[in-house]
Amino acid sequence: MTTLPSTTARTIRTASIGGASEPFWLRATLIAISLGFIFIVLLLPLYVVFQTAFRDGVRTYWNALTDTDTASAIQVTLLAVAIAVPLNMIFGFAAAWSITRFEFRGKRFIVSLIDVPFAVSPVISGMIFILMFGADSVLGAWLSTYGIKVVFALPGIVIATTFVTFPFVARELIPVMQTQSAEQELAALTLGASPWRMFQLVTLPNIKWGLFYGTTLCAARAVGEFGAVSVVSGHIRGETNTLPLHVEVVYNEYHFSAAFAVATLLVAVALITLGAKSVAEWMETNKTLEQKKWAMEEVQ
Amino acid sequence: MTMEHFAALTGAQAETAPRKAKNPLPGFGLSIGYTLTYLGILVLVPLSTIVFKTAAMPWREFWATISASRAIAAYGLSFVGALSAGAINCIFGTLLAWVLVRYRFLGRKLLDALIDLPFAVPTAVAGIALTAVWGPHGPIGEPLNNMGVQVAYARLGVLVAMVFVGLPFVVRTVQPVLDGLSADVEEAAATLGAGRVRTFFAVILPHMAPALFTGFALSFARALGEYGSIVFISGNMPGRTEITPLLIMTKLEQFDYRGATALAVVMLLASFAVLFMVNSIQWKRKSHSKSFATVPRVRSFLKG
Repeated sequence: MTTLPSTTARTIRTASIGGASEPFWLRATLIAISLGFIFIVLLLPLYVVFQTAFRDGVRTYWNALTDTDTASAIQVTLLAVAIAVPLNMIFGFAAAWSITRFEFRGKRFIVSLIDVPFAVSPVISGMIFILMFGADSVLGAWLSTYGIKVVFALPGIVIATTFVTFPFVARELIPVMQTQSAEQELAALTLGASPWRMFQLVTLPNIKWGLFYGTTLCAARAVGEFGAVSVVSGHIRGETNTLPLHVEVVYNEYHFSAAFAVATLLVAVALITLGAKSVAEWMETNKTLEQKKWAMEEVQ
Repeated sequence: MTMEHFAALTGAQAETAPRKAKNPLPGFGLSIGYTLTYLGILVLVPLSTIVFKTAAMPWREFWATISASRAIAAYGLSFVGALSAGAINCIFGTLLAWVLVRYRFLGRKLLDALIDLPFAVPTAVAGIALTAVWGPHGPIGEPLNNMGVQVAYARLGVLVAMVFVGLPFVVRTVQPVLDGLSADVEEAAATLGAGRVRTFFAVILPHMAPALFTGFALSFARALGEYGSIVFISGNMPGRTEITPLLIMTKLEQFDYRGATALAVVMLLASFAVLFMVNSIQWKRKSHSKSFATVPRVRSFLKG
């Protein structure tokens, strides 16, 4: 016997109410206003990026992308991503595991600390690392006696990137793991699984889409961060410029089509992120539907 | 001791202190240790530098910095801009959420996915793209310019950028609440003779008001701290189109770290006040709304 899963049933019902509740002209007007608004606010800027990038021909576009400064900006960006993302993945899982699976005092405080990078302006996020590692700070002076430069150098960029991107994985995993109780994990342990096998066979499959999406967000933000990185980078061309900073430099030199050409790379990353979100949501819905189907079959 | 006695005893124990039972899951020490060390090194220690820097500052210098006329003009622009952007986003965000939840039309899924674009696009790219659209030679900026309205390199430009970065917050907080609204209430209102407009204002709007306010506050907070997209479009004229984060940036570039810290303290107090309000509203909302699981997801985008 097949039964409609409840979500589908509700969607159909909502749709039918929607259809019956407002007259056609009103619905059409509201949809038209929405589409017009989105067109002007979101789509037009997106279109202009590509239009300006190719304005002076494909050759200019290609030259902008293969420029040595662009190449070094890509390298700096990838380096920051390669360090920040794995660290933040481990942090995200560790934080979500301790917060959702154990009871301890000060939990709410930890959760609020995770929100800090969202609450402060990116400029302030960069500033705190200048105060900490800058030339007139104790730590900065001590490090410079060993010849280590943090601010206005690569380490500063990596640290600032790690700071602004650390909440993403944790913020995705905490709600996901909160809705799953520890029952399955406890069952695995009871059946004699080692902690590592439990993680591999139970925990990881349950959280994989949340982890995937959180990591995508974290990486996208690490690639695109501008304000915080701008403060600590020192803007040394070919050395400490990330892709967004490189866009700014080229733009301020009035090489508009070159700036927009580099920007198309960043837009591509953004569109991939949106695609990843749709995939993750779709897989999640499928999983819930499947679980409901199993539950139904068991009842019958 | 009889079996019943034993069962009663353990049962009672489990009832009174369920949390005291030893948790058999592994890895608590490791995960909490990593979490705390990480947060300590990455968040607490760097943030504390602001406190030390401020404490080392004479009060009069602090006050003179934060009450300078250039700083006051920057707060004014940031505050009024973020407030107006939040209001505009409330109107269009509600409309978009309504259309996405209630109507079925071609391209709805695509529209839904596009809403998150401002979260995903790097702010520098948003800045140059918006400047190109609303600038004097842009597809929208040019006709407006001919009518005598200047958007880019003026205060309106700041507003445009703030609307752009804040829009998804309102849509994504209102959407789940509208989706979870049961049809019975609206049917009851209709049966009692209320028209659609009256039903919306008397039944639907009060129900989604907390979510709308949360969305407004998140959009406001985001706009207040926004830097990347605004610096390209605003023209950065001190006293006219200079936002607070840019003023901090200017002071940092002049190596005036104390001045920058003083302004940062003002901004931090403002954003923490907003987030505190949001959190207290969410606490009230959690008890009677299914939508709270989506709130962290929305919040995880707060800065882009």
